[in-house]
Amino acid sequence: MYKYDQYDQAMVDTRVAEFRDQTRRRIDGTLSEDQFKSLRLQNGLYLQLHAYMLRVAVPYGTLSSAQMRVLGDIADKYDRGYGHFTTRQNIQYNWIKLDEAPDILADLAKVEMHAIQTSGNCIRNISSDQYAGAAADELVDPRPYAELLRQWSSFHPEFLALPRKFKIAVIASDTDRAAMRLHDIGIQIVRNAAGEIGAAFYAGGGMGRTPMIAPLINGFVPLDQLITYSEACLRVYNRYGRRDNKYKARIKILVHELGKEEYTRQVEEEFAHLLTQDIEPPLAELERIKTYFTDPAFEAGASDEVDRSDPDFALWIDRNCHAHKQAGYIIATISLKPVGGIPGDASADQMRRMADLGKQYSFDELRVTHAQNIVLPHVRKADLYTLWQQLDAAGLSTPNLDSIGDIIACPGLDYCSLANARSIPVAQKISERFAAQDKLDKIGELKLKISGCINACGHHHAGHIGILGVDRKGIENYQLSLGGCEGADTSLGTITGPGFSEDGVVDAVEKVTDLYLANKQGEERFLDTYRRIGMAPFKEALYG
Amino acid sequence: MNTQFRFRDDQAVADPTITVDNFGDQTNAAAVRLEPGDDARTLLPYLDRLKLVEVNYPAFTDGRGNSAARILREAGYTGELRAVGDVIVDQLPALRRSGFDSFAPSVPMITADAEAAFARWADVYQADAIGSVPIWKKRHG
Repeated sequence: MYKYDQYDQAMVDTRVAEFRDQTRRRIDGTLSEDQFKSLRLQNGLYLQLHAYMLRVAVPYGTLSSAQMRVLGDIADKYDRGYGHFTTRQNIQYNWIKLDEAPDILADLAKVEMHAIQTSGNCIRNISSDQYAGAAADELVDPRPYAELLRQWSSFHPEFLALPRKFKIAVIASDTDRAAMRLHDIGIQIVRNAAGEIGAAFYAGGGMGRTPMIAPLINGFVPLDQLITYSEACLRVYNRYGRRDNKYKARIKILVHELGKEEYTRQVEEEFAHLLTQDIEPPLAELERIKTYFTDPAFEAGASDEVDRSDPDFALWIDRNCHAHKQAGYIIATISLKPVGGIPGDASADQMRRMADLGKQYSFDELRVTHAQNIVLPHVRKADLYTLWQQLDAAGLSTPNLDSIGDIIACPGLDYCSLANARSIPVAQKISERFAAQDKLDKIGELKLKISGCINACGHHHAGHIGILGVDRKGIENYQLSLGGCEGADTSLGTITGPGFSEDGVVDAVEKVTDLYLANKQGEERFLDTYRRIGMAPFKEALYG
Repeated sequence: MNTQFRFRDDQAVADPTITVDNFGDQTNAAAVRLEPGDDARTLLPYLDRLKLVEVNYPAFTDGRGNSAARILREAGYTGELRAVGDVIVDQLPALRRSGFDSFAPSVPMITADAEAAFARWADVYQADAIGSVPIWKKRHG
């Protein structure tokens, strides 16, 4: 994985010093809270309901064991012994003291980590495919491109006060595991008819209160123009994105209001101009970055044999493991969704345990997924049973990936100052209800996503079943939607009708899944059945 | 508003600035003021006679002026480029790199804090309007 050189290290060290100085000026009153707010946000520091929350960047979701270990240590030293992995592949700590925040950043900088631009109206941490470099179906590893973009977007002088936040995802497989088209810019690394590698750009996707699927604006940007094209996209947005209403300030509104063709025309015009400005790093820089993402030293001829005689182990393989590009290896996902648990939370001890297992069994590498789980990307199949036994002993072997138990949920009203309703208790109740009925296998793949407000951090628009918490005359109320999906066949969910109480929505989810099971044909997933039979029968079951 | 920091050796321009709308009519004006919604490119035909462009920041959280500044520098403007209004210490490195060479904040800054900010970043990741050598160039020559 990527290693800092003296320049990268100096950048994060300088940022720590800058933030320490900003914190000092806030505490001595030189900076007003209003001024400090936008500065601390660009260091990932939010003021939440009960305390400061710090969001730490995990660039493109990749962590070394040493980094994961430090994340665990920070949870113990500065927080309450746990952290929360997020839908942006980052980690958040919920109980931070302002005067300790610079010290946390300093601890992070020692392991080449930071909280730079993890919030605020700037280009955020670049996300990617959690199986990058391991998946059997990828064209190339997308992470070198994401790292190139990380450096370009860090402290970019023109783009630190954008109309609104700006999220970029980079993938390189046709199977989209990063919800790429639901980002402000989605990039897919592709090969053109001439056999050259380039980047397809999608612009103007997003969730929030106005969900939009990003249209393709350029099917092939050559690799030696990647940064210049990105800069053109951002400049048009910075100049013309709406600033009169924060709910209409994302790029998706600009693209929608101008129309895809006009936005693209303006980008192309700006691009033609910027090509004359010599702002593109040479391809040698991309090649330098790529050297950090070469394959680990896989054992040639490693066996594909796995002894499946332990039924619990076999179940975990079937649910939580994914095909690896290398014979004899497999991708294993550690679910952070134990029955009745808080989605995405991990204790300090669990983080250190995962760090150890990553070191021992996965070439020192771990990944954070946008579904709030942890991946060990390169596990030798011969080690898989031993690994599973150790995960099991640490309470980390829940076999529920992509099932109705693998719920995405935002922190909700338990922590977040923006939330209208709690998300966590709803996730816990659904998880417990379906676990008790032992229906996970019958239901199969079903992505359930819960947001505690319209900002949609829990990706409810993209859930096969989505739940949105709203405040209805002071009472928490939950809207149900069906048919959302991320991936190559991205679609947005449709609201079923009137909302439900907290317990009512758990019952409603059960009714929806019962109807699916009654109508399921062959190997259909919930989403397939929904797309075939439509909303009407579900409405009937819910409200009839 | 007084200019608190200036990175130029020439004589400060004393001409009062006029709005972009009026500028079009006044064929001899040498100083103009851009508001966030103004298109900096409307000035490009007149760069040879412009000596001062003021870019107003009604709120430091509105970064349109950064694009305006870069666009003017990219087009070859060499006159004074002044950031005025709600300009705070923590913006200074980015504004400087966007091409501003004078600063007239509505609330004067503490000089030591501002000087620390100007000097903070020894290296940068991007090419910029003041010819900083980006890290990628240092890596590859």
